[in-house]
Order: sequence, then C-alpha cells, then structure tokens
Amino acid sequence: MRTLLFIIQKEFLQIFRNKGMLPIIFVVPIVQLLILVNATTFEMKNIKVSVVDLDLSTSSRKLISKYEGSPFYQVIQSTFSYEQAMDLMQKGKVDVIIRIPNGFEKGLVKENRSKVQFVINAINQAVAGLSSAYCSSILIDFNRELLQDWLSPAQMAGLKNIQTDYSYWYNPKLNYKTYMVPGILVLLVTIIGLLLSGMNIVREKEIGTIEQINVTPIRKIQFIAGKLAPFWIIALFELAFGLSIGKLLFDIPMVGNLWLIFLSGGIYLFVILSVGLLVSTVTHTQQQAMLVSFFFMVVFILMSGLFTSIESMPVWAQKIDRLNPLMYFIRIMRMVLLKGSTFTDISRDLYSLGIFAVIMSSLAVMRYRKVA
Amino acid sequence: MKRFLGFVIKEFYHIFRDYRTLLILFLLPAIQLLLFGYVITNEIKDARIAILDQSKDEVTRRISEKVLSSGYFILDKNLNSSGEIEKVFREGNVKLVLVFAPDFSKNLDKTGNARVQIIGDASDPNTANILVNYIQGILSNYIVTLNAETIPMQIIPEVRMMYNGQMKGVYMFVPGLMAMLLMLISALMTSLSITKEKELGTMELLLVSPLKPFQIIIGKVFPYVFLAFTDACIIILIGNTVFGVPVVGSVALLLFESLLFICMALSLGILISTITSSQQIAMMLSLVALMLPTILLSGFIFPVENMPVVLQWLCYIMPPKYFITIIKSIMLKGNGFRYIAFETAVLAGFTAFFILLSIKKFKVRLA
Repeated sequence: MRTLLFIIQKEFLQIFRNKGMLPIIFVVPIVQLLILVNATTFEMKNIKVSVVDLDLSTSSRKLISKYEGSPFYQVIQSTFSYEQAMDLMQKGKVDVIIRIPNGFEKGLVKENRSKVQFVINAINQAVAGLSSAYCSSILIDFNRELLQDWLSPAQMAGLKNIQTDYSYWYNPKLNYKTYMVPGILVLLVTIIGLLLSGMNIVREKEIGTIEQINVTPIRKIQFIAGKLAPFWIIALFELAFGLSIGKLLFDIPMVGNLWLIFLSGGIYLFVILSVGLLVSTVTHTQQQAMLVSFFFMVVFILMSGLFTSIESMPVWAQKIDRLNPLMYFIRIMRMVLLKGSTFTDISRDLYSLGIFAVIMSSLAVMRYRKVA
Repeated sequence: MKRFLGFVIKEFYHIFRDYRTLLILFLLPAIQLLLFGYVITNEIKDARIAILDQSKDEVTRRISEKVLSSGYFILDKNLNSSGEIEKVFREGNVKLVLVFAPDFSKNLDKTGNARVQIIGDASDPNTANILVNYIQGILSNYIVTLNAETIPMQIIPEVRMMYNGQMKGVYMFVPGLMAMLLMLISALMTSLSITKEKELGTMELLLVSPLKPFQIIIGKVFPYVFLAFTDACIIILIGNTVFGVPVVGSVALLLFESLLFICMALSLGILISTITSSQQIAMMLSLVALMLPTILLSGFIFPVENMPVVLQWLCYIMPPKYFITIIKSIMLKGNGFRYIAFETAVLAGFTAFFILLSIKKFKVRLA
C-alpha cells in the first residue's frame, strides 16, 4: 500500500511541476467547452437566399415577402437573371435560389396549379434537407392563406382537415446547447484522459526512467494503479468542473441524480485511462502513442452519437458500436441529465462499461512488462 | 548541398523505420473515409416511435400505416395510456410519440376537423425537429389526398439539389477529412519530430553541426510534405473510386492548393515546436488547439453561418475554413482559380506570417 502511495505522489508531483501542462489540462478544456458548444449547432438561421422573380405579380411578391419575413432566411439578392443567381451560388454567397416562373399567378387562377422552383446547395446534405423542409413548409402556409383569401367560407368548410399539435418534451425551445454540453464534456474528459495516460508510460520509456522503476520491488498491478489514480482524480475533477460551468453558463437542466453521473463517470474514466495505459505499454515512442490514441479516438468519437445519431447507422455498424465506451457514457450523460433517467433505465449501459473496465485494466496490467 | 541531402535521408530513415506510425498514417485516411462513407450519416431513418391510438378506427390505422411505411419510422410499441409516454422516453429508445385523439374519424367526417398530437423527445433537439417535420409532411400529404377532388389552387414546390444530387454525406466529408488529416500530419507530426530532438538532446548536436538552422528545419519538414501529399492523393482517389465523389474542376489546381495548405500547416507546426520544449506540450497544443477547431470551426460538419457572430470571427482566422471552401469549390462546383483567388491569398498570407514568426522565435541556443 505504501508503494502505491509513493508512486501516486510521484505522479502528482510530476504533473504539477510541469508548468506547460497545467493550463492545457485545466484551462484549455474550459475554453473549448465555451467555444465548441456554441459552434456545434444545427439550428438553422440566416440561410442566404437569392430570389429570381420572373412573374412580378401580387401573389409572387406576397410569397417572397413571406420568405423575407421568416427568421430562417436572409434575402441577399433579387434579380431577374437566373445566371446571376447561379454565379453567386458558385461563389458560395447564397445557398438557396427561389425561382418563381413567369405566369405563376396566371397559372394559379386559370389552371389551379403552378410551380415554384427551389435550387439548393446540397454539399452539406443535412443542411440541405432542412432548408428544403423549411422552404416547403413556408410554401404550404402561403398556399393555405391563399385559399382563405380566394375561397368562400362555404367552400372552405367542405375541406377536411386534420389539426396537428406538436410539443417538444424535455427541451421545448429546441435549445441545441443543452444537448451538446453533456456530449462535449464527455469528449473533453476523454481526450485529456486518454492522451495523458497514453503518453505517460511511453515517456518514461523514451527518457529511460522506466528502467529505474523496473528495478524497484513495485508490483505490476501497483504500478498501473499508481499511474491510473492521479489521472482518474484529475479527470473526475474536470468532469465536475465542466458540469458546473454547463450549469452556470449554459443553464443545462440536471434532472437526474448527479451521483449516478459520477458513478458512471468513474467507471468510464477507468476504462479510458486503462486503454491509454495499454496504448502506452505497447508503443515505443510518444509520437506513436499519440497517433494510436488519436486513431482510436477519432473512430470512437465519430461513432459515439455525439454529432450524428446512432440509429441512422447501418445495423452492422451499430453492432460494432457496442464496443465503443464513449457511446455508452454519452448516452448515460444525456439520459440522466436531460431526462432524469434512473438507475434501472441505464443499468445495461452501466454494466457494459463495468465489463470494459475489468477487461481493459487487466489487459493493461498483463501487457506491462518489467523488462525494457 | 550534400550535407543537406544527408540530413533529409536521415529524416526519411527515422520515419520509415517506425513502421507502426507509417501504417497508421496511411490507414487513417482510408478507414476514416470508409467510416464517413458507410457509417456516419446525418440522414435520419428507422427512428423508433410509439403510437397512442385512443380512437382505433380505420382512418387512424391508415395514417399509422402511412407513417410506418415511409421508411423513416419503425414502430417500437403501441401505448395504452398517456401515462406511459414519460416512461418510454426515459428508457431512451423511442424518439417520438404519435397521439390520436378519441373519435378521430367521427370528428373528421362530422366537423371536418380531427386532432393529432405529435410529441418529440427533444433532449435531442435536431432529431426531434426533423422527425416532427417528417410526420407533419406525411400528414399534410394525407390531407391533400383526402381533399383530392375539392382542393383548388395548388402550388407545387420543385426542389433541385445542386452539386450533390443524391444527397450523399461523403460529399461534405471528403473536403473536411482532407483538411483534418493534412493538418494532423503536417502540423502535429512536424512539431513532434522537432521537439523530440530537443527532448532527447540531439538538437544540440544538430545545432553545432555545420548545417544552417533553416536547413535543419527544411530537412525536418520535407519528408512530411511528401507524406501529407500522398495522403491527400489517397483521400481523393478513394473518394472518387469507392464513393463516386467527383473532381469537377481542375485536378492540378486541387493538388496545388493542397500543397499550399500543407506548407501552411507545416509552418504552423514549426512555430509550435519553436515555442515548446516537450513533446507532450507540443502534442496537446496541436491537438487541443488545432484539431478540434479544425473539425468544428471550419464548416466541416457545422455550417459557419449558424454560429454566434463572435465565433464566426473566430472561424475567419482558422486556415482550414479557407481550405475547405477551396476544395469544395474546385471538387464539387468545378470552379476555376478566379473564384478562389481570395482564399488562396489568405492561405499564402498565413504561411508567410507563421514562417516570419518562427524565424523570430527560433533560438540557436537551447536554454
């Protein structure tokens, strides 16, 4: 037990002595949290629009004013030439072109139907999908108003209607930040934890101090535990710190039990740090260790459901994703913080994390050899 | 010149001997591209929903069928009371609940007005928003078919998706991935390789050698230009052959711009290594201060226009943003140099700035 305490003490000393590292561990993540949470938003506003109105009738003008009045759109250009509008799109200045053809109003009155063309920049397919949905929904609204203007009440009454009400639970204002804060927090804790632990043992190898430890009577398990404990404490502290910032600055709801968060966080960090130490024992240089961690981190992050939803991945990928610890912890964080899920709701995710923790930590202990 | 060549050869040996690093450097782009192409999509399909049907008549059944056969939704379970809604949301699988009011079809026939309630689990606001929009779309289509004979004056939207007709996610990921990997290899790897010499003490040896400081730096950087450039080609090639992402514009221009970006990232890497002394710090600095902004503040996944104004300013000082704009412009829109002259100039400016700064900071003596 005393040996363990000594190595923990040594690690802490090394961490706090390193004046370059401290701000990176404590300040950078916080700044990142502030920036990233504001950056990662799918909330649409200011879609830049160019309007090509070839009809110039009362109806077409009314339709355009609907788009101008909507908070989603910002009309950059009104022109009669489709080529001019297209040129702006090529330059990336507008993302949507609304083209109202000549004879729009006439068609409505005489033939009971006419067309409006939307040309949408679809390079970002998710944004394009939303833009298109908003464009159509404004058009549908406009159509309904048009009917009310032109039809008699008797004609209107003959139409059947289904009234739809919708409500958004847990986040009625659709504030994207409350969704992202828990996820990004997991991301930051993971990056810090994985990199610190991943580069730790290999650094001792590179500078040669591992030899000195190897000749001491310390046991393998003590060594790994001693390396793991300081980072575990730091990372947990950072999680707590991040949560407080999330609460104070972003006002994220904390519906569920916070102890549940820290319980899962503790297990999760144990997994991540063990993975880091494992990487550290199998690599030879810090550069290697960094690249290997980076490689796994990117795959884990992309498949974690942080930015894109897991349900839309193909089934085989979802099966592979069961091996992704990040996925479990992000799910747990979001469910407990935002919806107040209880222990029984998340027990399966928690057990999976527990199994990972056992496997990864024993692997790390086994792979560490006390010979150079 | 002969000395310099010898030095470059030494650097190549360093890199090629470390076959694990090399393997990762070449596997990384391939695997990430495959991941992005096959696995990661923003598109939503097969979302699990629950239905609370308090009416259970023919119309509600038909609507449910329409919703479920749309391809976006899978029925997770049928609920019996509104008390269960909270429970299924808390368990976390169901994303949306559809509630039909009692006497649905009776109301529809008699008063021409029936009620449906859509409840989204907005703890994931984006998905909830899209799903609710989808369902509303399906419902309004259904209303149109109900009134097929009577409804006059229809405006039909005609949507054309430019540059990416099949709405594939890879189109957006290929440019972003190029920026990310080139940044990783160029900035990160160079800064690590220079600080490593400092940490191991071999930098002293190099500095007292007859090589001039700028020769040392260029010699260090040169192999990484080569590696990064190869990676850029791999990404373009896989994107093109496996996923059919076209290169509409000029390939030569694309490669030239990539080279410019690589130079920019390398000079950034040099700058980082001149101001840090240990690999750990260099790496954390590059990773935390460069990678995340490259992914998130560059318009790679999240459009810059949607961010708060202050962040948009921040985006304007992120070199990857310009590079991504350039690649999209050349690859997907097929634009010529005229359209991207400004972005190119900005990248060149960044390069010059970083180089000047590192020359100022470079010390021939180590403390």
